[in-house]
Amino acid sequence: MGEAVRTFFLELKLKFGINLTIFYDGFDSERFVTGIVTTVELVALCVFFSVIVGGIGAVILRLSRGPLAAAVQGYVALVRNTPLLIQMYFFYFGVSPVLPAGHSAIGLPVPLVGNFAWAVVSLSLYAGAFNIESFRAGLGAVNRSYEEAALALGYTRIQALRYVLAPLGLRFSFASLANNLVDLTKSTTVAYAIGVSELLYVSNQIWSDSLNTFEMMNVILIVYLILTGLVVWAISALQRALHVPGFGAN
Amino acid sequence: MSTSSIVATVLKWTPFILQGFLLNVVISVIAISVGTLLGTFLGFGQVAHGSVSRLSARAVTQVFRNAPWLVLLFYCIFLIPYSIRVLGTTIILPSWLRATVGFTIPVAANFSEIVRGAIGSVPSGQWEAAEALGYARGATLFRIILPQCYSRMLPPWMNLYALLITATPLASIVGVEEVLSRTQAALQSETQPDLLMPMYGALLLLFFLYAYPISRVSKIFERRFNRA
Repeated sequence: MGEAVRTFFLELKLKFGINLTIFYDGFDSERFVTGIVTTVELVALCVFFSVIVGGIGAVILRLSRGPLAAAVQGYVALVRNTPLLIQMYFFYFGVSPVLPAGHSAIGLPVPLVGNFAWAVVSLSLYAGAFNIESFRAGLGAVNRSYEEAALALGYTRIQALRYVLAPLGLRFSFASLANNLVDLTKSTTVAYAIGVSELLYVSNQIWSDSLNTFEMMNVILIVYLILTGLVVWAISALQRALHVPGFGAN
Repeated sequence: MSTSSIVATVLKWTPFILQGFLLNVVISVIAISVGTLLGTFLGFGQVAHGSVSRLSARAVTQVFRNAPWLVLLFYCIFLIPYSIRVLGTTIILPSWLRATVGFTIPVAANFSEIVRGAIGSVPSGQWEAAEALGYARGATLFRIILPQCYSRMLPPWMNLYALLITATPLASIVGVEEVLSRTQAALQSETQPDLLMPMYGALLLLFFLYAYPISRVSKIFERRFNRA
């Protein structure tokens, strides 16, 4: 941190009572940066895994009519109509103790999957259910004649999906995908409840120590607006890069 | 623990936990009612001609739509005073009521977008036609545009309610004694690790039974209105 920045924020505190410790106190700013990094890691990992879950689920719904498709539909319905927080508790408090535990260097039992990993698992499954719907709708928006043409050219159903339908369907899915990923970014705060030291968690520590709840609340709000803005911008940049005339919004 | 004793224990706690769920329902009903009302005004603001009201309504909507629910909840729990004095009488604001305000804000912002989308989806020719017939802008909105929007707004509004009811357990994090807090209290008094999965599972089922029918009906309406 630059000396000028520190001086400015110390002045701000003395003159106006706006106490932004994260800009002049080394300890607090370090904690805050850790929180932002954790949140960004959560978002990045969960975007990655939830898109994979969404893709696999949408492909299953497209290709099969059997029990596998019913299972995917059941999973989507269950996840979308129950609280994310309770899903997280179910995994962290319910499933985790049942799994075999490892041992630390001094012989204490350590769960194989820590709270950060459980947060990634539950958030990816949660956002994945929403992504399945987006990708399914995107595939559904591609005109049937494309599949018929591909089949007529000798593609198998799987090849037609892989080379024709999926690339076109993806372009129809971007709008609702962006929506899901913004929701996912917002939902990472729920990991606070299982002790993941993400942005809200560290901010809570900071305001408990420095008694600047109001300032920190506003800082968090601004940081999340920036984060969700970045997600929207990234998706629309991808959308522009992959734009094909006539498929999806311009 | 044997399966039968697990089932017996879950059943023993059911009345206590269901009473907690009643608070979730009360919070969600208040938040959706007040949020819909506020969101309607915000939505009108977003389509207003005056640039000041339009830009400010749009900014408020965007900020509160993109803020995490949990952050807004902390905001309201910590920053709304515990009691307010109105005309010499002190009104105590319990934490569940402050949490309700925290849920109302994002509901209003989301509904504002629903209103804006619905009004925007009516062909602009209808505004022009009404103007040509001498309708004032307000009369056009209330008598011509809005009646066509209700059916379009119903499915997303129901989805918003389903989203809201599944968000209410967040209130347990800030110390509101709702269904999740009560479940955790029950688990603590039982001190049986075998109970964790069944209890949380039962809680998931409870929310599913409440929210899933709403989502289903919303989907049916959506299909019906899209055909019309």
